[in-house]
Amino acid sequence: MSAAVQEAGGYNFAYLDEATKRMIRRAILKGLAIPGHQIPFGAREMPLPYGWGTGGIQLTASILGPRDRLKVIDQGADDTTNAVSIRRFFQRVAGVEVTTRTAEATVIQTRHRIPERHLTEGQVLVFQVPMPEPLFRLEPRLTEARRLHALGDYSLAQLRLYEDIARQGETGSSYNHPVMVNGRYLMSPSPIPGYDNPKLHRSAAILLFGAGREKKIYAVPPWTEVRSLDFDDHPFRPMLAAAPCAFCGSRDSYKDEIVSDDRGGRVFVCSDTDHCRENQS
Amino acid sequence: MYVAVKGGDAAIEAAHRWLAHERRGDPALPEITALQLREQMTLAVDRVMAEGSCLDRDLAALALKQSRGDAVEAAFLLRAYRNTLPRFMAAEPLDTGAMQARRRISATYKDLPGGQVLGPTFDYTHRLLDFTLAAEGAAPSVPEEDAEGTGPMPRVTGFLTGEGLMRAEAPDDGEAPPDLTREPPSFPASRPLRLQALARGDEGFLLGLGYSTQRGYGNAHPFVAELRVGEVEVLVEPPELGFAISIGEITVTECQMATQFAGSREEPPQFTRGYGLVPGQNERKAMAMALVDRALMARELGEEATAPAQDEEFVLLHSDNVEATGFIEHLKLPHHVDFQSELEKLRSIRRRWEAERVAARKEAAE
Amino acid sequence: MKPGFHDLVLDAQSCFRAAMEAMARPGRVQEIPPTEGLPNGLEPAAAALLLTLVDADTPLWTDAGEEARGWIAFHCGAPLVRPGEAGFALVTGALPPLSRFRDGSDEAPQDGATVIVQVQDLVPGEGWRLSGPGIETKHRLRVNGLPEGFVASWEARRGTFPRGMDLFLCSGTRLAAMPRTVRIEESV
Repeated sequence: MSAAVQEAGGYNFAYLDEATKRMIRRAILKGLAIPGHQIPFGAREMPLPYGWGTGGIQLTASILGPRDRLKVIDQGADDTTNAVSIRRFFQRVAGVEVTTRTAEATVIQTRHRIPERHLTEGQVLVFQVPMPEPLFRLEPRLTEARRLHALGDYSLAQLRLYEDIARQGETGSSYNHPVMVNGRYLMSPSPIPGYDNPKLHRSAAILLFGAGREKKIYAVPPWTEVRSLDFDDHPFRPMLAAAPCAFCGSRDSYKDEIVSDDRGGRVFVCSDTDHCRENQS
Repeated sequence: MYVAVKGGDAAIEAAHRWLAHERRGDPALPEITALQLREQMTLAVDRVMAEGSCLDRDLAALALKQSRGDAVEAAFLLRAYRNTLPRFMAAEPLDTGAMQARRRISATYKDLPGGQVLGPTFDYTHRLLDFTLAAEGAAPSVPEEDAEGTGPMPRVTGFLTGEGLMRAEAPDDGEAPPDLTREPPSFPASRPLRLQALARGDEGFLLGLGYSTQRGYGNAHPFVAELRVGEVEVLVEPPELGFAISIGEITVTECQMATQFAGSREEPPQFTRGYGLVPGQNERKAMAMALVDRALMARELGEEATAPAQDEEFVLLHSDNVEATGFIEHLKLPHHVDFQSELEKLRSIRRRWEAERVAARKEAAE
Repeated sequence: MKPGFHDLVLDAQSCFRAAMEAMARPGRVQEIPPTEGLPNGLEPAAAALLLTLVDADTPLWTDAGEEARGWIAFHCGAPLVRPGEAGFALVTGALPPLSRFRDGSDEAPQDGATVIVQVQDLVPGEGWRLSGPGIETKHRLRVNGLPEGFVASWEARRGTFPRGMDLFLCSGTRLAAMPRTVRIEESV
């Protein structure tokens, strides 16, 4: 019996039982060994709803230890309701130290953003993933998508990209734009804005992706080549609001657009609240 | 604060307090007990228990009380709870042939050994609101014939099997059925996996799918060979004992549908069986499940699979209401980062589209 | 029975983090806290990996002796199987040809085995030059105790990616991982 069991109020440390953690840990290791390939896993029903980050929560619960400092963000911010809820969950069931500072965190669980600050070697970034299959809009059948991944046949995705460019002059996806990992697997980067895609390329941190409802785990090891799907004559071009942040003045950070009045007024502020705080101080 | 979704901690606390207040309702009225729900909202409790995959009527009643009567939310509470329980062993297969049936009907024979037992059913009630229930009336008297239940009844499908007219089921291969609560489902799915998913699937989803097979979406001409509701014993065989012992009984609803099959080169024309088994009393779901089970046999039988109910990936991956409600309801979470990228994208495409129109107009004018 | 982890939960967590770092950064050597009183032939790093990753759901093949098998059965409960059926393998003697282990399929490459190999020594900073995912430029690692021709057979297998097997190399309290993606160049 572990001392950590009592501390977590009757539940095991970090909520999951040890057999479940072992199963998830094995999947993480295989994910790292086969970058970008989706590993099926026996996702558990969590006390938070599917679609609200259960995949990310199961990953975080399986890697987290008492020496970690956890940061949880949603839409780039530590104080959005679901980030607050998930952070509280881990404080309750694992008693770990938490932080809002990207630089101080060892494990960062995120939904829809990659922090602006460069991540470092000691950090693990855990993504919450709604639809892990990058081909799902083109081929909803999992059996068929699995076959296409086995063959490395991504002509469907390339054709869609070509059609978008022919019709509207640019790619159709502004977020969750698929990436090629290590030149082999097409991967969903989760619904991060295209602006964040380049941060996946040769990241110093370990990137883990968890989809609870779809029961898939995948990973990108550090320093791995990650390229947004594009064509040589139409390179992938991330979108960024032109306005500077109303709080810190940053021009190169990703912004939230806030409607400030009913006469078309708009204010732009950094989506990454920790980055904005650092800029202001 | 400049945006409503931020500043979460205090908002979440306040929301939880408000929720508890709403759940209690008018404090001048006595609080409803889980025990009352268990005894008087039995079918709601049964549904929660089945879809929550946790066969405990007291816990299901508690979940229903906590969820303010929301069946899907209650099922979710049970699922999250059951997931924390240790697993001792798997029960032996239920012997529904030995069921103490309170209700047993067959639509295929006028009379049969064991008889037709109507039992407690809404079937022939006139759906007129009973205003005497609005006032708390006296307890209704217990009808004598269903107080004791009946003895074992032979299965209707057995008569057809005896005549060689019912397709024989694959013999037990001795393999443990997959457990979809522990391993992700894999496709093509085995029948045990399909039945498991259907048994805990959403009643409404199965109802709609089952209905669709009757209306030509899938090739079904179903007959209710038998529908029975009653109590069955749950047996386990601890390895150290070497024989099975009873750990109690549960109520289940079982439906066997007979559906025609045109036959193939290898197999003669015959009836095939669609099977439905649901914990508690839930005839609607057991029947819908049997229809969908039969529709999903299209691949094995070499039938053309064209309808949604015949598509196992479609059916199995969308029948779980805890998964489905989570993903639909997650759209309530903030999505302003991805929406922002859509805005920028749309503005960019729009600028190009307008520039092209201006250029085209200019060209036409020249 | 000789003991396993002192703290089942927290020791497994810290060992897993070492294993994850190792798999994410191939060739980097990780250190596991020393354990006392292991069965004959079983060293701390390999034993800790077994306790962390192996259980009744993971069929295991091993060449280890009777005492170690008993210890694995008691602490992990893994069914012992032939090499071709094993999800995990523990090699304490000579590494058999890799072709004896499972390499998964193109659709399910994750079914390839994880092979834990006890070697004589792991020396970072010299020997092989490793490259591939997880490695910024080059990692160097000298491994003493692998059979002759290992590098050639490893490099030949890389052509079958995504199929393949992944190795943990262990020596005493040290471990390093070799995922199927890693490219080995022998030092000249």
